[in-house]
Amino acid sequence: MIRFERVSKRYPPGLDALSDVSCEVTEHEMALVCGHSGAGKSTLLKLIAGIEKPSGGALLIGGQNLAALPRSALPFLRRRIGMVFQDQKLLFDRSVFDNVMLPLAIVGFPRRDAAQRVRAALDKVGLASREKAMPVMLSGGEQQRLAIARAVVNRPSLLLADEPTAHLDAQTAADVARIFHEFHHVGVTVLIATYATELFPAARRLQLDHGRLLS
Amino acid sequence: MRVWLSQHQDAARLAVRRLAAAPVNSLLSLLAIGIALALPAGGQMLLANALHLSGATSAVPQISIFMAANAERQAASEIGERLGRYAGVRQVLFVPREETLARMKSGPGLREVIEALPANPFPDAFVVSVADESLAAMERLAVEFRQWPRIEHVQLDSAWVRRLDALLKLGRTSVMLLAALLGMGLIAISFSLIRMQVLTHRAEIEVSRLLGATNGFIQRPFLYFGILLGLGGGVVAWLLVTAAALWLRAPLAELARLYDLTLALQTLGARDSALLLGFAAGLGWLGAMISMRQHMQQY
Ligand SMILES: Nc1ncnc2c1ncn2[C@@H]1O[C@H](COP(=O)(O)OP(=O)(O)OP(=O)(O)O)[C@@H](O)[C@H]1O
Ligand SMILES: [Mg+2]
Repeated sequence: MIRFERVSKRYPPGLDALSDVSCEVTEHEMALVCGHSGAGKSTLLKLIAGIEKPSGGALLIGGQNLAALPRSALPFLRRRIGMVFQDQKLLFDRSVFDNVMLPLAIVGFPRRDAAQRVRAALDKVGLASREKAMPVMLSGGEQQRLAIARAVVNRPSLLLADEPTAHLDAQTAADVARIFHEFHHVGVTVLIATYATELFPAARRLQLDHGRLLS
Repeated sequence: MRVWLSQHQDAARLAVRRLAAAPVNSLLSLLAIGIALALPAGGQMLLANALHLSGATSAVPQISIFMAANAERQAASEIGERLGRYAGVRQVLFVPREETLARMKSGPGLREVIEALPANPFPDAFVVSVADESLAAMERLAVEFRQWPRIEHVQLDSAWVRRLDALLKLGRTSVMLLAALLGMGLIAISFSLIRMQVLTHRAEIEVSRLLGATNGFIQRPFLYFGILLGLGGGVVAWLLVTAAALWLRAPLAELARLYDLTLALQTLGARDSALLLGFAAGLGWLGAMISMRQHMQQY
């Protein structure tokens, strides 16, 4: 499903966020990206979503080399990926409901069914009763869960999550972990950058250290 | 197709919401655009009225030739024959002085004046139409005729019509020029307003892009915003021009009556109104398009 072939990423001044990373995440797998702060976890996820471009090596998603992908095809790659961003990127001038609606509006999902899907996604993360609220009215953990609802509402085949349990208490973190497990069980490929590895005991670990993958 | 339609609906609705979200700003913008458009639109309206007025008068160019008041009928018939033979003259109509007198007497108010006169004050006259109706050719003929014996006065009947025509042509060019200039102004207004909108909605654009939105999807509400700006400005311009026309109608009619003309100032016609709105919406869209083009180049 995802294949890194000697991928490196260098940010403008000359900082190597990733060096010579080779690995593979197979379909329906759940894997964790671990490592210290600044190890390159977020960078790895951003490469997969086409938010950053590799400076070297090849990155294949579903057999397609991202470097060969025309720019106009990038939106369609992103629609197949659900992503929870480290900084969440919620829209604070829209209601909870409308935030989750956005990915469906982008793909032009029929409006009636879309509302149902949005409610189902909110229900899954325990925010069903808050759909009319604005994001500022939510706690940090609730905002985190809202971000998850938005990532999964499109039923993506690949789910990328950057520190999805960062601001959560133990109980809520466990609930969130369960959500990811459920998606994994229905066949979604899940890749999570996290420090809370104990929440995902069965998942394979990709351990990064200063941009290098430890085997 | 359904998806496409509903996405356009959503974008248009979003644009309306954004316009309504800052009502004072929007109103002032629409007013600025409206006033800019009202100038050429008003010019066009006046032009259409003037055109209507000039269209009511015959524009067939003719030369009127008047004999001297004391010329005998003999001299007149000699001139008539000479005109009939003259190359370049298509048709000659002889108007005897008695006929002119009779016609004038039947006119209102003049009968008493004319009957008080000792003799017929009108001369024999000819109305000549010519083959070559260009102004230069007709003026050449007039000069020629003036030298013939016993001819008192030669007049180009159509001179003022031609002058009016030339004036209208100038008016039309001025309106076009004004429209072009202020149209560019409208594009500039739309461009910078959309730019501000893009800055305001920067987060939304970024997030939409990350969630897989195409450029088309991102642009759409902004383009509708531009169209709405133009259209709204067009409506404002239309209202301004129409209000001005209705307001000026009575005093202008009164003025015209003093000159023995009937003139009811017409407001913009259906065609001109549609043109105004279409033009305004198109330019608003164009400004938005240029603005979005420039913004999208960053990606
Ligand atoms: N846009 C950027 N421009 C320049 N350098 C960057 C950029 N993004 C990340 N970096 C650098 O790349 C390195 C890896 O960053 P990355 O965000 O991938 O780390 P991380 O493992 O996600 O860390 P954390 O756990 O703190 O989120 C860091 O040293 C960071 O300073
Ligand atoms: Mg990170």
